[in-house]
Formats: sequence, structure tokens, C-alpha cells
Amino acid sequence: MTDTNVTDMDKTQVIDTARPITLMWWRFKQHKLALWSLYLIGFLYFVAAFAEFLAPYDPFKHSKLHAYVPPQQVHLFHEGSFVGPFIYGLDRKRDPETARLIFSEDTAKVLPIKLFHRGDSYHFWGLWETDLHLFGIEGGRRDRLYLLGSDSLGRDLLSRLIYGGRVTLSVGLIGVFFSFVIGITLGSIAGLVGGRVDAAIQRVAEFVRSIPTIPLWLGLAAALPIHWDPIFVYLLITVILALIGWTNLARVVRGHFMTIRNQDFVLAAQLSGAKPKRVVTRHMLPSMTSYVIAAVTLAIPEMILGETSLSFLGLGLRPPVVSWGVLLQDAQNLRSIALAPWLLAPGAAIVATILAFNFLGDGLRDAADPYQK
Amino acid sequence: MLWFILKRILWSIPTMVLISIATFIIIQLPPGDYVTAYIAELEETGESISALEAVELRKSFGLDRPMIVQYWDWISNIVFYGDFGLSLDWKLPVSDLLWDRIALTLMISTLSLLLTWVIAIPIGVYSATRQYSVFDYVFTVLGFLGRGIPDFLLALVLMWMGFAYFNFHVGGLFSPEMADAPWSLAKFWDLLVHLWVPVVVLATGGAAGLLRVMRANMLEELGKPYVETAYAQGMGEREVVWRYPVRVALNPFFSTVGWALPALISGDVITAVVLNLPTTGPLLLRALLNQDMYMAGGFILILSIFTIIGTLLSDILLTLTDPRIRHA
Repeated sequence: MTDTNVTDMDKTQVIDTARPITLMWWRFKQHKLALWSLYLIGFLYFVAAFAEFLAPYDPFKHSKLHAYVPPQQVHLFHEGSFVGPFIYGLDRKRDPETARLIFSEDTAKVLPIKLFHRGDSYHFWGLWETDLHLFGIEGGRRDRLYLLGSDSLGRDLLSRLIYGGRVTLSVGLIGVFFSFVIGITLGSIAGLVGGRVDAAIQRVAEFVRSIPTIPLWLGLAAALPIHWDPIFVYLLITVILALIGWTNLARVVRGHFMTIRNQDFVLAAQLSGAKPKRVVTRHMLPSMTSYVIAAVTLAIPEMILGETSLSFLGLGLRPPVVSWGVLLQDAQNLRSIALAPWLLAPGAAIVATILAFNFLGDGLRDAADPYQK
Repeated sequence: MLWFILKRILWSIPTMVLISIATFIIIQLPPGDYVTAYIAELEETGESISALEAVELRKSFGLDRPMIVQYWDWISNIVFYGDFGLSLDWKLPVSDLLWDRIALTLMISTLSLLLTWVIAIPIGVYSATRQYSVFDYVFTVLGFLGRGIPDFLLALVLMWMGFAYFNFHVGGLFSPEMADAPWSLAKFWDLLVHLWVPVVVLATGGAAGLLRVMRANMLEELGKPYVETAYAQGMGEREVVWRYPVRVALNPFFSTVGWALPALISGDVITAVVLNLPTTGPLLLRALLNQDMYMAGGFILILSIFTIIGTLLSDILLTLTDPRIRHA
């Protein structure tokens, strides 16, 4: 009896003395879906960061003999005995009627999947050259591993998906960074100064909101010449996405400035003689960091969606750049989907990422104010 | 009240002017003009054009004049004569190509909006009144899925499933043999058979979002004392719920009509490209790729104006339904 009382006391004491960030983490942890989404997003960015090492092949390595190979199945047992993960070799046949290539498993040929395999060489982060991959298959020059199938040029879809994730996921981050800069600046000015400046910024935001996004994106993206450096185009696309996406962030920031402007702690800071700059940067902005982080998280999927939609329509990133939107271009018409449904795999990656960011954002928003009941 | 509506209408005029300027700037942004694109196209087929001919071409299209003159010509013709200029690509007046497509886009958008409401309102009310029930969880999961799947991806997947499992060709608004036939009952039926796919595709995303809003609003309203009072007076659940809290919870629907419309029109553009619909999307995309500026400009302008009108309507609806806003 006394024991439980003591732990209860301890517990309340711990809660009373915990720092806000700890409280937020506790609250966030209760949102299981958000927690799992955080792990998934962490995993995706990890894969994107180490794309060269984790992808089994070079994303541009093509093979005429392996167009539209369906995803290969990984086996563990060969003729009843355990051999570890392996795939069977490929048997190519041509359909006598449609002249289509048909692949089947050649069960005589066992190709074991090896960890830390030496395959295509690459520059790791542009720093040093190596040919070490997490996994790959031993075998002849013609034997290849297609865990997610291959595209029309025989390129490995899994490798392309991993490399594409690097571009698509970073577009989200960079785009959000730009719109964050615009949004927080205009939002805080509107919220602090108020009056006419506020009204003007509000009108501009409303104006941007009132234009249908996709036609606007299309119009702006069409302005980018085809012959420009892909990296430059990539940066400009993120800027375009940001120019349209800042309004929501500005609204959140402005709203919070409006609510805290008249709160006691701000008044206390002002009465103690703090200069306006100090009041804003040391007292007001920190009090809304968590809200801003939540809003930013919810803005990332919008950016990712924007990039994929634009690239899908052929107005965003263009090959040779690999992004999930560019990859989906291959699945644009019914004929290729009917022939190779696995080309829709980047779509699954997009959906998973967007959902994860949405859940994470929801969780963060709930955790943003740990003192709320 | 009348004064408020009038003021709101007057306010939207400068916005329209701004939109028209922004549109014109956007379509002028690409380096080069239609003639450059035309020359590039000719060169691809092996033909070429002399510098002098290029200048002549520019002159005949009026592309050599200062931007502000071109803008004034463009907008004054639209405002005074309803003339959107000539599509340089199709060699046809833009208005000939524009209105049919816009009409179809608006039809699909409006139907999707209605479907969005038909899905979101009852499910939102159900989820709120039976919070944490099995169906509430089911609808929550479906709602999140709907929000996470981009329109064009849903269209692609439906197209593939229709083809692979049901041997049903999804895409277009008419069967090939019906496309040019005169309007008849058979053609109308054909349209209905094809129409549901884009309408459903467009409605899912919006419905998923509104469903959450409706559920949250209802949960907030259901806890208020007036609901308890109504129950205490012996009213049945159905009557209480639909008569009071639903009406309050519906307010955000009216205030977001204005945003739902641009979202639907945006979604329509990309979905239409995938599903090969004869709406604005594919034509706008083609016009942008070919730098057919009057065509692209006409589309963006009209779509934006419809959006402004949508926002206007939603503001007016909101003041009609919520007296608190009217008297504020």
C-alpha cells in the first residue's frame, strides 16, 4: 500500500519536473501510429542516404536481354535442402504468337544471394570509389537479380526506386525549407505588426490559394527550359513548389503570434525591459516551435506529391534524373501496366511515404502542447 | 446582408485583374515563344525556316510587340468580345476549343463535390456518434488511405484493375463508337458508365479530408449542453443529432467549398491526362508544352476565375447559414 503511494508520488514529481521536450516525447509515444511512421520515415531517409551501397545495381545499367523481367522470388530450399536465400536463373522464351518475351525460372541454376557483394563500382557520396554492395548474386555476366522486376531497358527497378527515393525525399525537405523561410517570415510579420501589413499579406496568401495549384505548377514548370542542367531544374522545381506552398505555414505562424501576443509571459518580458527583437526570438518563437514543426511535417507530403505529379506529367524532373515521379512515367499508359504491373511499385512507395508523414504530423500536432489535457 | 454580398463581389474584381496579369506573366515566362517552339518542331522533322521567315511569322502572330500591348490586346478582347485569341497550335479560335472542355471539367468537378459530401457527411456523423466502434476504425483507416493516395495513382490502379480483372476498359468519357455519335439515350448511358471512374477518383481525396473534419466538429458539438438539453426533453437520437449539431458542424463545409473547387479542378487536370478524358487537363498540358500561349492562358484564366466565383459563393453561403458571421 505504502509502496504504491511512494511510486505515485515519484511519478507526479517526475511529471512536474520533466522538461517540455520530455513531456512531448511521452505524449508522442502514446500515438503508436505516429511512432511507427517516424521509424518508417527514418528508415526511408537512411536508405536514401546510403543508396549506392544498398542498391544492388547501378540505376542506369541496362541489359537488352532483360526487358520487363517480373519480380523474382527469393527461395530458401533447393530440392528439399536448405541453401540460404537464393534465386533461380532466368529462362527466356519468346511467345510465338505475340513475340513477347516470357521469363520463367530455370530450376537447375541456383544463384545464391551474397551479403557484401562486389558489383558495379560507384563513388560513395562522391568521396571514394568502391564496388561494395549490401547484397548481390554471384553468377555469370548474364545473371541478374531483379527483386522488384525490371523496366523496358532491363534496368533494376529496386535500384532505381532506391536512387529515386533520394531525389523525391530530398525535394520534400528542400521545398519545405524554402516555404518555411517564406512562411515564417511573412507569417510573423503579419502576426506581429498587424493592421494594414497583415491585411496585405493575408490578401496575397488568399490570392495564391485561389489559383488552382496544378495548372499553376504546370505553367511555372513549363517555363523551365529542357536543356538546363537537371540539378538546376531540380532546385527550381523545389522553389516553385515552395512559392505556392508557403501560405499554410504563414497562416499557422500568424495565428500563433496573434494568440501569444497578449499572453502574460510576453507582457512580463516586455515589462522587464526586453527589446522587441529579444521578445520575439527568445520568448515568442521558442514557444511555438513544436507547432511549426508539426506544420512543416504536414507540408512535406504536399511537396512530395507536387514533385511526383509534375514529373509524372513530364513537366518536372526529367530522365536521366531518377525520382519516383519519373519512374511512374513508365507506368503511364495501360499497355505498360498490363504488361508489367510491377512498374506501379514507386506508387506504393509514394503512398507509404505520404501516409507516414501525415501520421507523424498528426502525432506531432497532438504532442505539440504537452500541458494541454 | 445585401451590402455584404455586394462588397464581397466588388472585392473579387481586383483579384480577377491580378489573376489575369499573373496568368499572362506565367504564359510569357518560358524563354522563346510559339515561333521558337514551332521552329524546333520543324527541325525535328528535317525542315528548316530562315531567320527572315521567323521574323515574318512573329509579326503575323503579333509576338513582336511590347508585352504590355500584347497583354492589353489579349485581355480587352476577352472582356469586351469574349474572344480568347487564336490557338497558334490548332489554328482555331481558343473559345471554340475552350468551352466544351470547361463544361465537362465543371460537370465532373461539381459531381465530385456532391459525391464528396454524400460520402463525408453521413460517415462523419456516424463516426462521431459511434466513436471507437468497429466501423469508426474502418472508416478512419479508409479516410487516411484516401488522403494518402494521389488522384492520378488511384486512377492508374483503377485502370489496371479494370483491365486485368474485370476486362473493363477504364478511360475516356465515351466508348470509341459513341464519341462522335449525336446525343441519344444510348450515348447518355455510355457517358454514365464511363463517368463514375473520374468522379470517384476525384471525390475520394476530398471526402477523406472532410470526413475527418466532420467527425472532429461533430465530436465537439455533441459534448455541448444544448445537445443534452435536447435529449432531456425526450427527443430521439436521430432527431437530436440531425436537427442541431449537424447543422453547426456543417459550417466548415460551406467555408471550404471555395477551396474544394480549385483542388478538384487541379485534380481533374492530372487525372484527365491519365484517364484520357476530354476535359481541360490534356489540352492545357499540350498547350503548355507547345507554348501555345493564348490557349494555355485562356484555360488558366477561366479555371482561376471559376475558383474565385466558387470562393465567393462559399462566403455568401457561409453568411447565410451562420448568423454569427453576418453580425460580426
